[in-house]
Amino acid sequence: MDYSQFLTMKQELGLLVVFLLVFLYDTFMPGRTQKALPAVTTVLMLLLTVAGFCPCVLGTCGETVAFSGMYETSPVICAIKNILNIGVVIVLLQSIQWANSDGMRMRRGEFYELLLVTLFGMYLMISSRHFLMFIIGLESASLPLAAMTALNKDSHESHEAAGKYILTAVFSSAIFMMGLSFVYGLCGSLYFSNIYVSVASEMNLMLVCAVAFVIAGIGFKLSLVPFHLWTADVYQGAPTSVTSYLSVISKGATAFAFMAVLAQVFGTVYSQIWEWMLYALIILTITVGNLFAIRQRNMKRFLAFSSVSQAGYIMLGIIAYNAMGVAAMMYYILVYIFSNLAAFGVIGAIENATGRVSMDDYRGLHKTNPRLSFAMMLAMFSLAGIPPFAGFFSKFFIFTGALNQGSIAIYVLVLIALINTIISLYYYLLVVKAMYISDEDCVIPTFRSACSERLGLWITVGGIIFLGLVSCIYSGLLNMMADSALSIFFI
Amino acid sequence: MEFTAIYYLIPALIMFCAGVYGFITRKNMIAMLISLELMLNAVDINFVVFNRFLFPEAMEGMFFTLFAIAIAAAETALAIAIIINIYRSNKSVDVRTLNEMKF
Repeated sequence: MDYSQFLTMKQELGLLVVFLLVFLYDTFMPGRTQKALPAVTTVLMLLLTVAGFCPCVLGTCGETVAFSGMYETSPVICAIKNILNIGVVIVLLQSIQWANSDGMRMRRGEFYELLLVTLFGMYLMISSRHFLMFIIGLESASLPLAAMTALNKDSHESHEAAGKYILTAVFSSAIFMMGLSFVYGLCGSLYFSNIYVSVASEMNLMLVCAVAFVIAGIGFKLSLVPFHLWTADVYQGAPTSVTSYLSVISKGATAFAFMAVLAQVFGTVYSQIWEWMLYALIILTITVGNLFAIRQRNMKRFLAFSSVSQAGYIMLGIIAYNAMGVAAMMYYILVYIFSNLAAFGVIGAIENATGRVSMDDYRGLHKTNPRLSFAMMLAMFSLAGIPPFAGFFSKFFIFTGALNQGSIAIYVLVLIALINTIISLYYYLLVVKAMYISDEDCVIPTFRSACSERLGLWITVGGIIFLGLVSCIYSGLLNMMADSALSIFFI
Repeated sequence: MEFTAIYYLIPALIMFCAGVYGFITRKNMIAMLISLELMLNAVDINFVVFNRFLFPEAMEGMFFTLFAIAIAAAETALAIAIIINIYRSNKSVDVRTLNEMKF
C-alpha cells in the first residue's frame, strides 16, 4: 500500500494535529494553565482556518483522489471545509466564557475534544466517495454530539435532550443503513461512481425504497420535517454553545454531504425518483418549521424551528441540481452561519450573565443593553431576509438558482417558499418587537459581556453587514463551481 | 433443499420490522435500545447475504458489516451511558418521564 496517499487528506491531517495538541494540553498541562485551554483551541483552529485558505499549505494541489477513489478532494470541497472552519472559530470564540465557568471545570477539555472529533467526521462525510467511509464520517459526526448534548450534568433537561437525540440518531442511522443494503443488493458496489453508472438500469420499487430510506436517514441529521421532532428538544436542552454548533456547523456539513450523495449516487434517477420526494420535503419543512416557530417563547426552541425552516431553504439549492444552485447553497450556508451565530451569541451572552432564555425576558432590552439588542436585531433581519443584509442576498441567489432548473413545479415551489419568507418575517420581528417596543418593569439589568463574546459578536455582525455587499464572494464561488461542475454532477 | 438468498432475506426483513415496531411501542428505554439493535443486525444480515449470494467476487459487503457492528457497539455504549444518567436524575428509564420539554 502506498502510504503517501494519506497526504491527500491535508485538511483532515491538519485537524488531527489540532485535536492531538488540544488533547495533550488537556492531559498533561498543570491545573493552573487549564483555564487557557479554550483560548488555545480557538487560536489553533484559527491557524487551521488560515492555512486552509493557502493553496500550498492545506488547500488542493497535487493529488485529489486517494484510497482507490474512496476519498476525494477538490476546490469546492476545500471551500466548504473552510466555510465550516470559519463557523467553528466563531463557535469556539463564543464558548470561551461558558467553558471557563465553574460548572464546566472538570469537563472543559471534553467539550473541545468531542467538538474537534465531530468536525473530523464532517470532513470525512463531505470528502467520501464510498458509502463505508460516508457512514463512518456520519456516525463520528453525530454520536459525539449526543455526548456533548449531555455535557451539562446538573441539568435534567440536558439528559432528556441527550436521550431523545441518541435514540432517534441510532434509529435514523439504522434506516439509512437499510437503504444502503438495498442499494448494495441492486448495484453490487458501494462506490459512488459505480452505483451512479448502474443505478439507472435498476429502476424498480426496491430502488425507490432505498432512495427513500437514504433521504430519511440524512434528512434526520438535517432535521427536515417528518424527521424533525428531535430538533426543538435537543436545541433547548443542550448547552447554548453546543446548540449553536449543532444548528450551523452540523447542518451545513450535512447539507453539502446530502447534495453530494444525491447528485453523485442517484444523479441519473433525479427526475424519476427523488425530485418529487424533495418537493414534498421542502414544502413541509419550510411551512411546518415556520408555523411552529410562531408559538415558541423559549429563544433556543424558537431558533430550533427557525433553523428547521432554514434547512428547507438550503434544500432549494440541492433540488436546483445545477452549478448555480450549489454555489447559492454554499453561500447560503456561509451567511446562515454568520446570522445564526450572531443570534446564538446574544442568547449565550444573556444566559451566561443572567440565566434567562425566554423571549419575554428580552422585553425592553434596548434600554439596558443597546448593543446586544442591536446585534440581535441585525441577526433577525438577516435570517428573515431583509435587504441590505446578507440574508436577503443568500435567499435571492438560492431562489434564482432554483428557478434556473426551469420546470413549472419549481416555480410553484419557489412561490411557496416566498410566501413562507413573509410568514417568517412575522415571528422574527416578534423578537425585535419584544426588545424595542414592548415595555417591561423588570428588564434584564445592564451588564458587560465578556471580551471573547463581544469579539465573536463583532465578527458575526460584520459578516451580516458586509457579506451581502461584497459581491466577489458569491461570484468567486460561482466561478469555482462552473470550473468543477463536471466533477460534482458527472455531466 | 437448497437455501437461496431469499431464505435469509425474509428473516432479516422480519427482524427489521420487529425492531421498528418495538422502537415505536416500547416504553422502557433499554427495550427501545434492544429494538434498535435488532434493526442494525438486520442490516448486517442483509449485507452479508447480498455479498455471499449475489456478488461473491468482492468482499465489500462483509467489510461493511464489520464496520457496522463496530459502529453499533459504539452507539449502544453511548446510549447506555446516557440512559444511566437519565436513571440517576429520574429514578426511572421510562420514556414517559422524559416529558419536561414538548411541542
